[in-house]
Amino acid sequence: MAPASSSTHSAITLNINGEKYPLSVDHRTTLLDALRERLDLTGTKKGCDQGQCGACTVLIDGRRAVSCLHLAVAAEGREITTIEGMAEGDRLHPVQQAFLDLDGYQCGYCTPGQICSAVAVIEEHAAGWPSAVTDDVRPEAGPPPLTAEEIRERMSGNLCRCGAYVSIVQAVARAAEAHEETTKEASA
Amino acid sequence: MREFDYRRAPDVTGAVALLAADPDARFLGGGTNLVDLMKAGVERPALLVDVRELPLDRIEPADDGGLRIGATVTNSDLAAHPEVRRRYPALTQAVLAGASGQLRNMATVGGNLLQRTRCGYFTDVAGPCNKRVPGSGCPAVGGEHHNHAVLGASDHCVAVHPSDMGVALTAFDAVVSYETVDGPGELPLADFYLPVGDTPHRETALPPGALITGVTLPPAPVAAHSRYRKVRERASYAFAIGSVAAALDVRDGVVREARLALGAVASRPWRARAAEAVLTGAPASGDTFAAAADAELAAARPLPDNGYKVTLMRNLVVAVLTELAEEAAR
Amino acid sequence: MTTATTGRTTVKGAVGTAHTRVEGRDKVTGAARYAGEIPFADLAHGWLVLSTVARGRIRSVETGPVLDMPGVLTVLHHGNAPRLTTDYVGMLGIPDPTAALFQHDRVPHVGWPVALVVAETPEQAREAAEALVVTYEREPHDTALVAAHPDAYAADGHMPAVTEKGDLEAELAASAHVVDAEYTTPEEHHSMMEPHAATARWDGGRLEIVDSNQGASWVQSELAKLFSLDESAVRVRSEHVGGGFGSKGVRAHQVSAAMAATTLQRPVRVVLTRRQMFSLTGYRSPTVQRVRLGADPDGRLRALEHRSLNQTSTVYEFVEPSAGVARVMYDADAHRTANHVVRLDVPSPTWMRAPGEAPGSFALEAALDELAERCGVDPIDLRLRNEPETGPVSGLPFAGRNLAACFREGARRFGWADRDPRPGLRRDGRWLLGTGTAAASFFAGAGPSTALVTAEADGGFTVRIAAADIGTGARTALTLVAADALEVTPERVRVRIGDSDFGPAMIAGGSMGTRSWAWAVTAAARELRERLALGTDIPPEGITVRSDTTEALGALAQKERHSYGAQFAEVAVDTATGEVRVRRMLGIFAAGTIVNPLTARNQLVGGMTWGISMALHEEAVRDRNTGGHYGPDLAGYHVATHADVPLVEADWVEDHDPDDPVGIKGVGEIGIVGAAAAIANAVWHATGVRHRSLPIRPDRVLSAGTGASRA
Repeated sequence: MAPASSSTHSAITLNINGEKYPLSVDHRTTLLDALRERLDLTGTKKGCDQGQCGACTVLIDGRRAVSCLHLAVAAEGREITTIEGMAEGDRLHPVQQAFLDLDGYQCGYCTPGQICSAVAVIEEHAAGWPSAVTDDVRPEAGPPPLTAEEIRERMSGNLCRCGAYVSIVQAVARAAEAHEETTKEASA
Repeated sequence: MREFDYRRAPDVTGAVALLAADPDARFLGGGTNLVDLMKAGVERPALLVDVRELPLDRIEPADDGGLRIGATVTNSDLAAHPEVRRRYPALTQAVLAGASGQLRNMATVGGNLLQRTRCGYFTDVAGPCNKRVPGSGCPAVGGEHHNHAVLGASDHCVAVHPSDMGVALTAFDAVVSYETVDGPGELPLADFYLPVGDTPHRETALPPGALITGVTLPPAPVAAHSRYRKVRERASYAFAIGSVAAALDVRDGVVREARLALGAVASRPWRARAAEAVLTGAPASGDTFAAAADAELAAARPLPDNGYKVTLMRNLVVAVLTELAEEAAR
Repeated sequence: MTTATTGRTTVKGAVGTAHTRVEGRDKVTGAARYAGEIPFADLAHGWLVLSTVARGRIRSVETGPVLDMPGVLTVLHHGNAPRLTTDYVGMLGIPDPTAALFQHDRVPHVGWPVALVVAETPEQAREAAEALVVTYEREPHDTALVAAHPDAYAADGHMPAVTEKGDLEAELAASAHVVDAEYTTPEEHHSMMEPHAATARWDGGRLEIVDSNQGASWVQSELAKLFSLDESAVRVRSEHVGGGFGSKGVRAHQVSAAMAATTLQRPVRVVLTRRQMFSLTGYRSPTVQRVRLGADPDGRLRALEHRSLNQTSTVYEFVEPSAGVARVMYDADAHRTANHVVRLDVPSPTWMRAPGEAPGSFALEAALDELAERCGVDPIDLRLRNEPETGPVSGLPFAGRNLAACFREGARRFGWADRDPRPGLRRDGRWLLGTGTAAASFFAGAGPSTALVTAEADGGFTVRIAAADIGTGARTALTLVAADALEVTPERVRVRIGDSDFGPAMIAGGSMGTRSWAWAVTAAARELRERLALGTDIPPEGITVRSDTTEALGALAQKERHSYGAQFAEVAVDTATGEVRVRRMLGIFAAGTIVNPLTARNQLVGGMTWGISMALHEEAVRDRNTGGHYGPDLAGYHVATHADVPLVEADWVEDHDPDDPVGIKGVGEIGIVGAAAAIANAVWHATGVRHRSLPIRPDRVLSAGTGASRA
C-alpha cells in the first residue's frame, strides 16, 4: 500500500452525496476512477475518459462537470453529487422518474451522466443562463423559454449512442415543467 | 501518465514561486485540456500547482466601461455574466459555442487562452509533430489536414488554435495580465501568440513560469453590436471548422467602426485587420463585406484538402456582417 | 408446498402494451452494474499495448524495465503467452484471429495487440504499458480502399457473392432512363458508450468471465474453444451491456484477461480505452458501390445492377454485403448484384447495425431517387410500381410484404402529397429546405435457443435464458412474452439473462435476439402452464421446464421473411456554410408483432438517429502515410449529439404473418435502413445537388454549391 501522503500520493477526504470518504490517492487518479475503482460508486460511467462523451458527469459544488478530467486530489473540499445521491430514499428525483417513465435511455450506460446533466440544465436555465441557441443573450432579453431546441443544445455534452435523444429531451422537458410548478408553488 | 506531485497554490506569489522552482511544473486550472494531454502522454509534468482556488474568480466592470476578468473565472460564469452579455454579447456567444455545459463549468479563462491544438498528430505520441517534438516533422501537411490552417501557417506546422472564446477576446483587443517571480506584466492578445515560423512549439510570449491572472477588455461601445458564429461538423459539442466574431457600428448606412476576428483558420485567433480597414468608412453593403473578406483571405495559403475554408470564411464573414448591418438598420 | 395458479381468467395480454423497463430503476439510479463494475478481491488490472506500425514483425518486446516499475505483475506477449486453438468453426463461422492474442510476431495493422501489462492498479498498468518499448521490422503497407483495387475479389460471406439473371447490357440499352452512379460510405464505428470490459478469474476449476457482450453462451463457447477447455469449465456472465451494435463478441479484452488470470492465478480486469476500441473491436468497412438502373418511361425497372466493394484485414475475410438489399427489394428483367472485398493492412471489420443494408440501402435508395427524377415519377410511386411478386432472386413467396402500407401511412402523416418535386425552391432565411424518402427492409430470422422457465414455490415464475439486453429492452419484452404464455401478470415473472449457465441461446444480433428468445421462452412457458394446469404441487425447488427451438426452427417454411419501412426526412441546408440540419423525420414500419411499444419505438427512433449520424457525421479517418487512424476518439469521430436530432417519430402498421409461430420480427436494425438515403435525397431536394458520398460534410456541401449555381 502506498504511504498516506508523499510526493505522488495524498491522503484526502472526499465529500460525496453528503458523506465523507477518507482515502489515499495516487495523484494520477481521476475523480472518476476514485469513484469507480476505490469507493465502489460505479453509477458514474467511463465512456471515453477524455471529456468527449459526458457519461462521467457529476455535480461538483452543485455544477455539472466531467469527472474523468477532474483529479481526485483536486476534488478535496468540494461537494460532489453522483447519480447515487439523486434519489431521496426510495423516492426518485423527478428527472430520474421522467427518464424511467418516458424510456429516456436504452442501454443505460450514458444515463447517469444524462440525468446529472439534466438536473444541472434545469438549474442553469432557472438561473437565467443563455445557451448557444439563445437568440438574444443580452440580459434585457430575459431568460429564454426552455424549448426542445434549448434542451437539445444544453444537453449536447452527453452523447447517447443508442440514439435515445428524442425520449431524453422529452424526459428533461417533463422534469423541467415539474420543477417550474414546484418553484411556483414554493414562491406562492 | 507518469507520477507527479500536487500542490494547491496558497496565493499568486506562492504559485509562481512553486512553478519557478521546478521546470517540469505546470499550473492546473480546470484541467479540461491539461489532464487530457497528460493521459495522452503529451504533457508529463512532475508537479501540478493547482490555481483554481486563487482569488482570481471575479469579473469586475471597470469605470471606463471595460471589464476585468479574473483568470480562474469559469467559461460558464463568463458567459452568464450580465455585463459580458450586455457589453460584449459575441463573447458570451463564443464561450457558449465551445465544448459542453460540463466542460464550461470546469474550464477557466486563463486555461482557455493556453489550450493546445486539437490536431490529431499533436495528440498522437506514436508519431512525429514539430509542436510536440521540435524537429520531428509535420505529418499534417502531407496527411490529414482538412481542418487545418489556411492563414499564417508554415511548413513546420499547420495546426489551428481551437478556442472560441479567444476569437471574441481578440476582436475586442483583450489584454492579458500575468504574474512572474519578477513581478506582474501585461500582453495585448495581439502580441500574446507567437508566429508559427519554424518554432511551432513556442506558442505564447508569456515569460517562463508566468501565471495568467486575468484578462482586461477595454471599453468598446461597438462590441454591444457584436455576434459570434461557428460552423462545425455537428450542431454542438464540436470544435470549429470556421468561426467569426464581428462587431459593427453602422450609422447612416456607413460603417463607422468594425471588429473582426476569425477562428479555426490559424495557429491563433486571427484578427482580420485587413478586412477591418476595408470596412471602416465604407458603405455597409454586401459588396463592402465581400471586399473586406477577400482582402483578409488574400493571404490564405490552403493545403490540398482544406481549400473549402477560404470559401467558408468568406461566406461566413459576409453573412455575419450582413446580419449585424441588418440589425443596425432596424 | 403450494399449488400453482396461473390466473387464467383475470389476465389481459401484456404483449402490445407499453411497459417501462423492468431494470429501469437500476439504470436511472446507477445501481445497474456493468462488466467493469463488479468488485473482486485481489483484482489486478491489465492494459493492452498496441502496434504502431501497419505491417511488419515484432523484433523485440523489452519487458525488463517495465517489470521493474511499481506494481507491475507481468507482461504478456507473443513470446510467453498461453497458446490458443484457432482452427475451429464457431456459431458464426471461423474466428477472427484478431482475438487470438499474442500467438505470433506478425503485425497486420496499426493497433494490433502486441502485449498486455498487468499491474496492481490501473494507473500503474497504464503508465507501464505506455513505457513498454516494442521494436518492429516495418514493411510497406496498403490501407487505401479504391474502387478499382487490383486485388479485389468476389466474396460470399453470409450470402452468395454474386447473383445474376437476364442480359444487363441489353436491358440498359433498351431503357428509356438510366442511372449509373458511384456511391461511397466511410469507415464507421459502433462507438457504443460502454467500452469493452472483462474480468476473468479461476473459481473452483472454472474460468469465470464477467463481460460485456451480445451473447454469454456464444462467448463462453468461443473462449472454451480458444483455450481448449470443456464448455462446462467456462462461465460467462454479462448482465448489463452498455450497447453493442455488433461489436461485442469475442475480443482482445476477454482473451487477454483470461490469459492473465491463468498466468497470475488471480482476478484480472481488462478495459479497453476509447482509442483502443477503434482498432480492436471491429467497425463497418468503407464501401464503394456502383448502381446502374434502367427503366421504362413509367419507371418500371428493366435493369438493376448493384456492386459493392469493401475492405477487410489480411487476417480475416469479412464481407459487408451491401449489394444484398436489391435481392429482396426490387426486381428487374436483368438483375445483377455482387459483393467484393479487398484485403488491406487494416483491422478486421465486423457486423455493425444493419450490416449490408445500411450502406447498401443508401446507394440503392439514393439511386432510385435519381431514377424518379429522370422519369418524372414520384419517388413513392416509383417504388410501388416496382413491388415484386416474389423474392427477386430467391423466387420464394413473401411472408407478408407491407412496404406499400408503410408508404401510404407515412406519406399521409408526413404531408408528402403537397410536395413540389422540383429541387432548390424552398427557403427559410439562410436555409434551403427539402424533403426525401426511402424504403427499408431487414431480414427477419431466428437462431436456435434454449430457455428454462421455473414455477417457484412462492407463486412466482423465473425465466432463465442466455439472452443479452444491450439496450433493446429484451429483458422487459421477454417478461411480457413469458407472462402471456404463462397467462399471469408480468409482475409475477422474473427474467434472468446474460449467464452462459442458462444454456445455449441466440445472440443479440441480426434483429433476431428477441424473436429467437421469445420463441424459446414461449415454448417452455406453455409447456409449464400445461403441466401446472394438471394441478401439480410445486416442490420447494420449483418446477422447471426447458425448451430448445432447434427443431421448430428447422420446420419453418422457406419464405422471404422481412420487416419493412418507409423513411421520410426534411432537411435544411445552408449552402454558404455547408451546414445541413435534419428538421424532422418520420419512419413507418411493418415489423411484425410489437411486444412493447415503449421500447420498440425507442429502438426504431434510435436506428433512425443512427441514420442521421451516418448521413451527416460519422467518418473514421485513416492517415495514408502511417496507415493508422487520425483522431480515433469521440471528438475526432463524430456521432450525432442532442442538437443534431430533431423530433424523430416512428410508428408501425399492422403486420401479421399467420405462418410464423412467433410473429416478432425484430426492430433493432430496420430503423437505420434507408434513413441516410432519405436524408441525402432531401438534401438534393433542398439544393439540387446529389451527394453520393457520406457523410454529407460542410466542406462537401460548400464545394458542391447548388444545382442552380452550377447550371
